[in-house]
Amino acid sequence: MDLRHNKNFKAGAVITAFMLALIVMGLFWTPYDPNAMSRDKLLPPSFRHLLGTDNFGRDILSRVIEGAGATALIGAATVAIGLAAGLIIGGVTGWYGGWLDEVVMRLNDAVAAFPSILLALVLVALFGGGKYKIIVALGVLFVPSFARIVRTEVARQKSLDYVASARLMGAGDMRILFLHILPNIVPVLLPSVAIGFNNAVLAEASMSYLGVGVPPPDPSLGRMLGEAQTYLAAPWYALSVGAAIVLLVLGFGLLSEGAGGEHGAA
Amino acid sequence: MLVTLLLISLLAFLAFQLIPGDPVTKLLGSDYTPERAAALRHEMGLDRNVLVRYWDWLTGFVTGDMGASYSYGMSVAAVMEGKGAVTAALSLMAWGLVIAISIPLGITLARWQGGRLDRAFVAMNQVFMAIPPFFLGIIITYIFGLTLKLFMPGTAVSPQDGWGSFLGYLVFPALAIAIPKAAMVTKLLRSSILGQMGQDYVRTAYSRGNSRWGVLRSHVLRNAILPVVTFVAMTLADIVAGSIIVEQVFALPGLGRLLLVSIGNRDYPVVQCIVVIIAAVVVFMNYLADVVTQTIDPRVRLG
Repeated sequence: MDLRHNKNFKAGAVITAFMLALIVMGLFWTPYDPNAMSRDKLLPPSFRHLLGTDNFGRDILSRVIEGAGATALIGAATVAIGLAAGLIIGGVTGWYGGWLDEVVMRLNDAVAAFPSILLALVLVALFGGGKYKIIVALGVLFVPSFARIVRTEVARQKSLDYVASARLMGAGDMRILFLHILPNIVPVLLPSVAIGFNNAVLAEASMSYLGVGVPPPDPSLGRMLGEAQTYLAAPWYALSVGAAIVLLVLGFGLLSEGAGGEHGAA
Repeated sequence: MLVTLLLISLLAFLAFQLIPGDPVTKLLGSDYTPERAAALRHEMGLDRNVLVRYWDWLTGFVTGDMGASYSYGMSVAAVMEGKGAVTAALSLMAWGLVIAISIPLGITLARWQGGRLDRAFVAMNQVFMAIPPFFLGIIITYIFGLTLKLFMPGTAVSPQDGWGSFLGYLVFPALAIAIPKAAMVTKLLRSSILGQMGQDYVRTAYSRGNSRWGVLRSHVLRNAILPVVTFVAMTLADIVAGSIIVEQVFALPGLGRLLLVSIGNRDYPVVQCIVVIIAAVVVFMNYLADVVTQTIDPRVRLG
């Protein structure tokens, strides 16, 4: 399939590029200092403040850019943890099989049976909130789904001829697993990574919205949405923050949809 | 399924034993003396072996005795009374809405594939799936609550105020949960029907003079609905979990709000109980999804 003619893929690429550009720009420059308060409270959008100001007179556009960056970073870190652990667990269990495989996959099922937001709340209840703890908590949550996908693929690939050929050439288990099999399962993994990123973004936003996520000095789209809910008389506040979350998720959703991934696989 | 349930309850129980911080110290506060702490620890059974306590807790849980809450000074069962009904009503209503919206819509879209409605749906579908339920909840609050004044935001109606007005209020949070899910189910049903439309038996049915609608109704739907039924059954589990957040948006006094408050209070017996209940519901729903799939499609065997 030629991705250049796929409308979903093109739209996703444009949206993702736009959000990434905003986030990268936000690292160096935002229209205003995101935390600078002023007396211009809850101003509607204008040329001075493109998305208006919030209840402390802070520029919403600057805060949305900062928040999107923080949320995207948490999402990426979460997926990285889940993917790394999932690759090791799924790779080893899929390759060796046997009782280890049975036990680990049973445990995997038990963890996966918890709804992810519930498990995240439990982990926060146990270990407390904070940016890095949230990343670890969400990362742990994403291990089972990645582990399962990797395990299934490794188990399928290990009986193929190219693996036998590598073995004949004297390659060790780990070499075959990570140098020969891994590159072959990347196409299957990519859509799950995109979906995983979306789920991580949504989970982080939900947790921060509930007030158990990223604590106040760091910006967070979820928490801003929670604050905006109290000021619905100024609807542009909630709308711009919510739109940022939607765009972040939509971009990757369209990309993976366009690339042929099924939604909800991870 | 029983094994999974047991594992979940064991994991949940063990997890709460690992918490840094001693509930006894917190309960006694400034009255703390080592003797009193030891006495209270004995009274609460905290001086016994972990597995013994797990067994006691589990047998108690099954018989409805869920222990005492730390912060409310009453039993967990009393704290939870009425909260479960709110969450259950919200989840079931959202689930009903998902079915009521997506089944007719999915069939309609597939019937007039490529039509204006169908193209609009395909274009908008990803957007609906990308909206988090709490943001949708805020939008609904703004449109129906603040602008159209159909309900008062922030003043939740509880079942005690009469079931009619309670259910009326629930429609809005239920919609917030249902719309993204309905978008997924509609998409699945539409593509499932379209996938079946290319099969040989469909061509045969056409060749016998059936209309497109006739083929759809009496031949295709039975096959196309199978994956959808499984998905819809599994959606209920997601909806229950999603209601934790949406209860917060609409200030509904359900299990989700109690869970958050209890996490804030470090009231672990309550947290533990709610977690196990919700997880058990989810596992049970997924199991039910398997059973239903098997019943309507004898080709599928349970593993």
